Amino acid sequence: MSDVVLETRDLVKHFPLTQGIVFKKQIGAVRAVDGVNLELRRGETLGIVGESGCGKSTLARMLVGLETPTSGDLFVQGKNMSKVGAEERRRGRRNIQLVMQDPYTSLNPRMTVGDIIGEPFEVHPDVVPKGSRRRKVQELLELVGLNPDHINRYPHQFSGGQRQRIGIARALALNPEIILCDEPVSALDVSIQAQVINLLEKLQNELGLSYVFIAHDLSVVRHIADRVAVMYLGKIVEIGTEDEIYESPTHPYTQALLSAVPVPDPKLRGQRDQIVLVGDVPSPANPPSGCRFRTRCWKAQDICAEQEPLLQIRDKSGHPSACHFAEVRDVVHATE
Amino acid sequence: MSTDVNVKLDALPGLDPKALPLQVKNLQVEFRTRNGIAHAVNGVSFDVRAGETRAILGESGCGKSVTAQAIMGILDSPPGFVTGGEILYRGVDLLKLPESERRKVRANRIAMIFQDALSALNPVFTVGFQLGELFRKHRGMSRQDAKARSVELLDLVKIPAAKQRVNDYPHQFSGGMRQRVMIAMALALDPEVLIADEPTTALDVTVQAQIMALLAELQRERNMALVLITHDMGVVADVADRISVMYAGRVIEEAGVHEIYASPAHPYTKGLLESIPRLDLKGQELSAIKGLPPALTNIPPGCAFNPRCRYAQDVCKQDPAPALFQVSPSRTAACHFWKEVKGDE
Repeated sequence: MSDVVLETRDLVKHFPLTQGIVFKKQIGAVRAVDGVNLELRRGETLGIVGESGCGKSTLARMLVGLETPTSGDLFVQGKNMSKVGAEERRRGRRNIQLVMQDPYTSLNPRMTVGDIIGEPFEVHPDVVPKGSRRRKVQELLELVGLNPDHINRYPHQFSGGQRQRIGIARALALNPEIILCDEPVSALDVSIQAQVINLLEKLQNELGLSYVFIAHDLSVVRHIADRVAVMYLGKIVEIGTEDEIYESPTHPYTQALLSAVPVPDPKLRGQRDQIVLVGDVPSPANPPSGCRFRTRCWKAQDICAEQEPLLQIRDKSGHPSACHFAEVRDVVHATE
Repeated sequence: MSTDVNVKLDALPGLDPKALPLQVKNLQVEFRTRNGIAHAVNGVSFDVRAGETRAILGESGCGKSVTAQAIMGILDSPPGFVTGGEILYRGVDLLKLPESERRKVRANRIAMIFQDALSALNPVFTVGFQLGELFRKHRGMSRQDAKARSVELLDLVKIPAAKQRVNDYPHQFSGGMRQRVMIAMALALDPEVLIADEPTTALDVTVQAQIMALLAELQRERNMALVLITHDMGVVADVADRISVMYAGRVIEEAGVHEIYASPAHPYTKGLLESIPRLDLKGQELSAIKGLPPALTNIPPGCAFNPRCRYAQDVCKQDPAPALFQVSPSRTAACHFWKEVKGDE
């Protein structure tokens, strides 16, 4: 398919755990991402949700090339990034840019906004001719709703929401096709969050961008995403369209996650079918055998410890789920 | 519980057991900084009954945490100063008490849970030592008894294998477990009022659900008054009885939880509720509140919200700021146009 802009096949990232200083030996590995298959189509938004430590940020870092996969393949516009030469990889990276989580630490405090947004042109000088870079930066500022005259200001002179806009402008500098947003609004206040989400949607419509949108806020993901993948301990446990995941989740983890989100409507208090999970997420250095969720799952049987459930279409719901006992459960009641 | 300290507390002048456990009246707090005076809290009033949950809702910088610190008497001073108002515990104005008396109220009667348990706990002492400290200092227990009580407390907040874990250090606990330790510490001396400052903000949603369920259970058992400080409107809708919405150091709306979600009477509350992504608005633009909250060193004259408000008229730009209008017998809103705000749905 030509309109798949980004694809991963069995993407794995293990961080080695070592012991000893002189004679280092590997005693294990943190299995941050353990075999992830994803497809991102042109113009769509793929949401990735999961709790902290589930590997969503490591996945994002691999997608933009900040982290080298331990194994598996990453295709950007049909090109296998692990097979091509360094020069082509560098050019490929231009097409996929990252908006980071924390607008307070992801901007260099000693650089002006103009330098921050213009820095990608230093790495990829052929995008914009030298003479018109300043103008391009001002255009970008205008595009994200900032005053182009503020090009010489420093990050501390901007508020959190404005800084996130600067981060978005920087990501757009190289005219990428894919933008990876790693928790782009979680550090912002609610009223500012809505402004940034609106901006991201506007840019997608205007520039035809494809988004990978990583967040832990499920209502934000629901608003912006076309398809959603749910991650748990380095694996995708369920993937489907936004409707399939939210209206008819089949994996127990997805159900628990959705039911745990407080609904901003006091009328629904006590009426929700809330599943309170026991315990914490196990360590990714030593994940449970078989299904990784079985230690916290109320449906777990012997087979769950022995056999790892594959991510496949299991019942009438029509979307892949990695549970032996997948069945639809209605957890989110729509407000009447 | 041992009663000796309670006896001493009953001797507080003016203590009225029938009065509300916590009542804040017209509280004013300012921070004297190099860049001028920041008016963090400008006349905040609220009260909370036993067994009731009062939510204080607001965005960062609206003064909600400073209010909590002022109630607890743990404001960094300087630069922070309480410049006016009253904080009444069962009729006794805490602000007039000498520090030695206030110490007895703190943790004994009014306790607090902090947002970030990792930085609120001391990393170099075991959890058991820190919990036991409360019993040793406030109740004069021996080390051994204090430790036994600590184990009971960890059991109470459902930490598995409490007997072993009491000797662990804070970093050996996960985020959710650390928050449980914080709750245990706050409940140690059986307080009547619990102030929870963003207790679940740093936690994942599944853990948040566990902690909120635990808090609700403990509150019910002990008939505690809970002041829940948060910016999460989902959590508020789930647990609160009454809500005070704060903006730029003021309470701008005060109402029961059902009233406020059904028909907000202040444009800011309305804007906040509208900016939450909702199912029926999928694919549409979210209605964001334009602009930014004001700097506390430079709050605009009149209503502090007027530069961002779509209802604003000339009257909103002039001092004094709108007072709290009585919207109904049980709710107030600080907006000149509350009728329009509430009516146009």
